[in-house]
Amino acid sequence: MEILKYDYPSAKSPISKKVHVGVVGSGDLEILLEPSKDGLAHVVISTSVNGYGQVWQDVIDRFFSKFDGAAAIEINDFGATPGMVALRLQQAVEKLK
Amino acid sequence: MSINQQSYAATEKFLTRKSFIEMDALGRAASILDGGKGRVLLGPFDRIHSPWLAMQEIVIQEDDGVILLKGTIDGKPALVISIESAFQGGSMGEVSGAKIAASLELILAEHTKGRETRPVILFESGGVRLQEANLGLAVIAEIHSAIVALRNKIPVVGVIAGMVGCFGGMSLAASLCSYLIMTRQARLGMNGPEVIEQEAGIEELDSSDRSLIWSLIGGEQRVAIGQADVLVEDDADEIAAAVRRSFNNGVVSQPRSARVDEYLAKLNEYDPARAADPIALRAAWKKGD
Repeated sequence: MEILKYDYPSAKSPISKKVHVGVVGSGDLEILLEPSKDGLAHVVISTSVNGYGQVWQDVIDRFFSKFDGAAAIEINDFGATPGMVALRLQQAVEKLK
Repeated sequence: MSINQQSYAATEKFLTRKSFIEMDALGRAASILDGGKGRVLLGPFDRIHSPWLAMQEIVIQEDDGVILLKGTIDGKPALVISIESAFQGGSMGEVSGAKIAASLELILAEHTKGRETRPVILFESGGVRLQEANLGLAVIAEIHSAIVALRNKIPVVGVIAGMVGCFGGMSLAASLCSYLIMTRQARLGMNGPEVIEQEAGIEELDSSDRSLIWSLIGGEQRVAIGQADVLVEDDADEIAAAVRRSFNNGVVSQPRSARVDEYLAKLNEYDPARAADPIALRAAWKKGD
């Protein structure tokens, strides 16, 4: 297991609710997205697969290139592919609306 | 109606049904409640997760794989306890198990004050979570005693839909319920087929023989030998209706687990040296029911 943390200080638009998607099952992940306490975006990832920090960074960077919510995001991952991660993030944003 | 029309109608019904098995734990729980709606208690944002998994380098799930959904069934307050099979095989750890045991105990405490809440448990569990061994076993025992205490006051309705099934200590919990509803796809057994093959050898049980496994521990067989009550299709509406009928049937005065003499007599008649014959077992075990 590996824990990764990323900060996105430029994502500042306020969000108003908490959103939960997914399940910590094989090839899947859960995402908890909620308003961040300091008004900046933070991501904490626990993943069952070690050594993929750069891939995670790329996927999350790409997500925050389109999303600017001041969200505290917790991801609990059980071997999801980058495509799956992107879809779950998208689903969480859909549920925010 | 011609045979063709009949089979067409059956196919149409199958295709338009809402599969229960394909839903996650939250979707399943919601489909049982009136209007498909409820309020999650101790949800993921409460972050009541297992303290033991991370120590063993295993990723947690924030609700520890048990969803408690409060709502109503036929207008009466109800709590659906739904186990998420995708997370650690629906295994019972300290937290997931405590969520089940404590909510059943709360329902009992409320009942003594005259407030009735209908308990439904959606079982989908391999049993104890091995990483939390003794704590998991202890809490499964608490679940057992909570069901036994509660079922004298109000029916405790269990559902096993599949595809994980219900094994180990949780198979005992399912068997203690007032009413047990199963699909054909579901399995109920103390030891899973793989465990039996591993421990006793392939001569004892070939766990890859799916038709054999389901003929022994599948939902159809469990209902046929009286160890489960209702056989349903994998259809959310049908399962919700079966749950409602069970509550209408009321408290069971003589639950299966109280009929000790009857089951001991059946076991004494059974010759374990002979290979199990599921059809013969149906005839023998249904006797006296």
